[in-house]
Amino acid sequence: MKALTANRLIDGEVVWLGRSGQWVEMLHSAWGLETPEAEAEAMAIGAQAVTERLLVDPYLIDLRRTEDGIEAVRFRERIRAKGPTTRPDLGKQARRETSAA
Amino acid sequence: MYRYDEFDTDFVSARVEQFTDQVRRRLAGDLDEDQFKPLRLMNGVYLQLHAYMLRVAIPYGTLNGAQMRKLAYVARTYDRGYGHFTTRQNIQFNWPRLKDIPAILEELAKVEMHAIQTSGNCIRNVTADHFSGAAADEILDPRPYAEILRQWSSLHPEFSFLPRKFKIAVTGAPHDRAAVQVHDIGLQAKRDANGNVGFAVFVGGGLGRTPMIARKVRDFLPEEELLAYCEAILRVYNRYGRRDNKYKARIKILVHETGVETLKADIEHAFEEIRHGVLRLPQDEIDRITDYFAAPAFAAGADADALDRATAADPALAAFVERNLQPHKAPGYASVTISLKPIGKAPGDATADQMDAVAALAERYGHDEIRVSHEQNLVLPHVRKADVPAVFEGLKDTGLAEANAGLVTDIIACPGMDFCALATARSIPVAQRISERFGTPDRQRDIGDLKIKISGCINACGHHHVGHIGILGVEKKGEEYYQITLGGSGDENSAIGEIIGRGFSYEEVVDAVETLVDTYIGLRDAPDEDFLAAYRRVGDAPFKEALYGTA
Ligand code: HEM
Ligand code: SF4
Repeated sequence: MKALTANRLIDGEVVWLGRSGQWVEMLHSAWGLETPEAEAEAMAIGAQAVTERLLVDPYLIDLRRTEDGIEAVRFRERIRAKGPTTRPDLGKQARRETSAA
Repeated sequence: MYRYDEFDTDFVSARVEQFTDQVRRRLAGDLDEDQFKPLRLMNGVYLQLHAYMLRVAIPYGTLNGAQMRKLAYVARTYDRGYGHFTTRQNIQFNWPRLKDIPAILEELAKVEMHAIQTSGNCIRNVTADHFSGAAADEILDPRPYAEILRQWSSLHPEFSFLPRKFKIAVTGAPHDRAAVQVHDIGLQAKRDANGNVGFAVFVGGGLGRTPMIARKVRDFLPEEELLAYCEAILRVYNRYGRRDNKYKARIKILVHETGVETLKADIEHAFEEIRHGVLRLPQDEIDRITDYFAAPAFAAGADADALDRATAADPALAAFVERNLQPHKAPGYASVTISLKPIGKAPGDATADQMDAVAALAERYGHDEIRVSHEQNLVLPHVRKADVPAVFEGLKDTGLAEANAGLVTDIIACPGMDFCALATARSIPVAQRISERFGTPDRQRDIGDLKIKISGCINACGHHHVGHIGILGVEKKGEEYYQITLGGSGDENSAIGEIIGRGFSYEEVVDAVETLVDTYIGLRDAPDEDFLAAYRRVGDAPFKEALYGTA
C-alpha cells in the first residue's frame, strides 16, 4: 500500500492525499493506494495541486498496516508523519486532535 | 563592535524587497518551484522534513544584545520558541512559514541581520575564531579581514554562480579555533619579524564525502595582497573546478586531482596578473574597517581578587571557571563560554527566553557583545572577572550554566533525521544519550578534553571527521547504523579520523562510545593526557580490541 505525500507550499506543512481528494495533515487520514491505477490517479491529483500552487514535490511512500491503523514503512517518513523524535512537543505528534479531519 | 556601513543597509533592504516579491510571485504562481528554489536558497530558505528552515547569518559569530533579542523575537513570533545555532556561525529556525519569511527578513534587517550567503553555490559567510578581539593568545583580530573578504565576495558577479559553495575561515591566533584547515580557503593571520601583518594560506580543505585537510600554499601573504590572492584562487577554481559532478566540484577535489604544486603554480600565475591591480588593499581601507571592530574600553575595576574569593567559596562556580573561562588579552577580563549543551538537551538549541537572558547578561556585564562559536555554543567575549559570579548566577537561572566546555558532553551534532531532509540517520538523540551517559560532573571532568562530533549523513555538517570521536549515521537495510572514527581533529594540527571498524546500531552506539572512553581511561599515561594525545600515542589497536575483541 502507498500514499502520496508532499509539503504544502505556503507553510511547508507535511500533507498526504486524503480519501476524498483533499490534502490531509494527519497520516491516518491518508488514502491508502492499493493498485497501480489508484497510484496513477493520486499522482495526477498531485501534479494538478502543484500547478495550483498548493504543494511542493509530491511523491509516493510505502505504507503498512499496524494494529491501530497504518504507518509509513521508512523511518524517515514515520518521522515526517509525527515530528522530531527528540521533541514530542513539536510537530503533528503534539496535536490534540486524533480523529480524521 | 561590527556594524554595517550605509551601503550594506541599502543592499540588505533591497534584498528583502526583492525576495518579498519573489515569494509573492511564487505564491501567485508566476514562479514554479524549479525557478523559485535557487532564489530561496540564495536567501537562506530550505525545505526540510517538517517545514521550511531559515538560516540567518551571524557574521564572524559577532552579535549584540539587540540582535540576540531580535532572534528571540523571531523564534517566539514566527517559529516554535527556539532556534538552533550551527557550526557555521549561523542560526537556523526550523518551523517558519514561507508566507512569513519576508516579514522575518524585514524584522532582521532592522538590526542589520540577514540570510545572505548562508546557502547556494556562492562564497558562504566567512567564519572566524569566536574569541576574536578577546583571546590572550591572539596576534591580531582577524574579523576586519573577514569583513573585507565579505565585502569583496557579497556582490562579486563572477563568484555568485560557482561550481559549488565556497567556504572561507580566518583565525588570528596560533591556536586555531576556527578550523581553517577544513575550509576551501583557510587564513591564519600572523606578523613577520618586522611586525607586518600577513597570512598563512591554506587551500582545499573540506569534509563531506571526501574529507581533506587543506594544503598550505603560502606561508606569509602580505595583508595588502589578500584579496588579489583570494581572487586568484577563485579564478583558478572557477576555471578548472568540475561542474559535471556536484560531488567533485569542491576545490579540495581540484587539489586532489591536479596536485597541490600545479595548483599553486596556477594560482601564483593568476595572482601575478592581478596583484598590482584594483584589488590591492590600501592601508587606510584596512584601518577603516578595523575601526568597525574596535575593542570596547576595558576597565578592570579595583577588586582583582573578587573572583578568586568567590570560587573558593563556591565549588560549582569554581568548576565553571575552570572549564568555561578563556584567558583574555585585557587584564582583569575573561571570555565566558555559555554552553548550549545542558545535559541531555539538543546541542546548539536555545529557547527565546534563553536568548533574551543571554542578551541581558551581555548588555549588563559583557560590553554588549555576544559570539556564536562553531562548536554550537555562545560566548560573552569581554567579561570582567569580578562579574563572572553574577554572570554564572544569571546563566543558572536560565539553565545554561553547564560547566562542560570542551568536555565529553560538549558534543557537536547536526540536525540529522529529526529535521533534515537529506539525513540517513538521527544525530540529536545520539548526542543526548551520550550526554546523559557521561553527564555527572565528576565523570566528565575525569575524562577531560574530548570532542565528540556527530553527523546524520555524509554531508558532514556535524564535522564528524574532525571529532576525536566522530560518529556518522548511515542507513543500512532500513535501519540507522553508526560508523565511528577516531583521532580526528580540527585545530592547527588537523587530522581526519580513521574508521575503527564495523558500525553500531542506534541502541549499541552509546555503549560503544563508553567502551572507547573507558579504554582510554585505562591506558592514559596520566590524568592530563587527553583522549586525542593518548590515541596518537597508542594507535587504534587497543580501541579495536576493546570494541571487537582480538579475533
Ligand atoms: C538542516 C539543514 C541542512 C542541510 C540541508 C544541509 C546541507 C548540507 C550539504 C548538502 C552539505 C554538503 C555540501 C558539499 O559537500 O558541498 C553541507 C555541508 C556542511 N554543513 Fe550543512 N546542512 C544543513 C544543516 C547544517 C547545520 C545545522 C550545520 C551546523 C551544525 C551545518 C554545517 C555544515 C558544514 C560545516 C558543512 C561543510 C562540510 C564540509 O566541509 O564539506 N549544516 N550541508
Ligand atoms: S550532515 Fe546530513 S543530516 Fe546532518 S544536517 Fe547535514 S545534510 Fe542534514
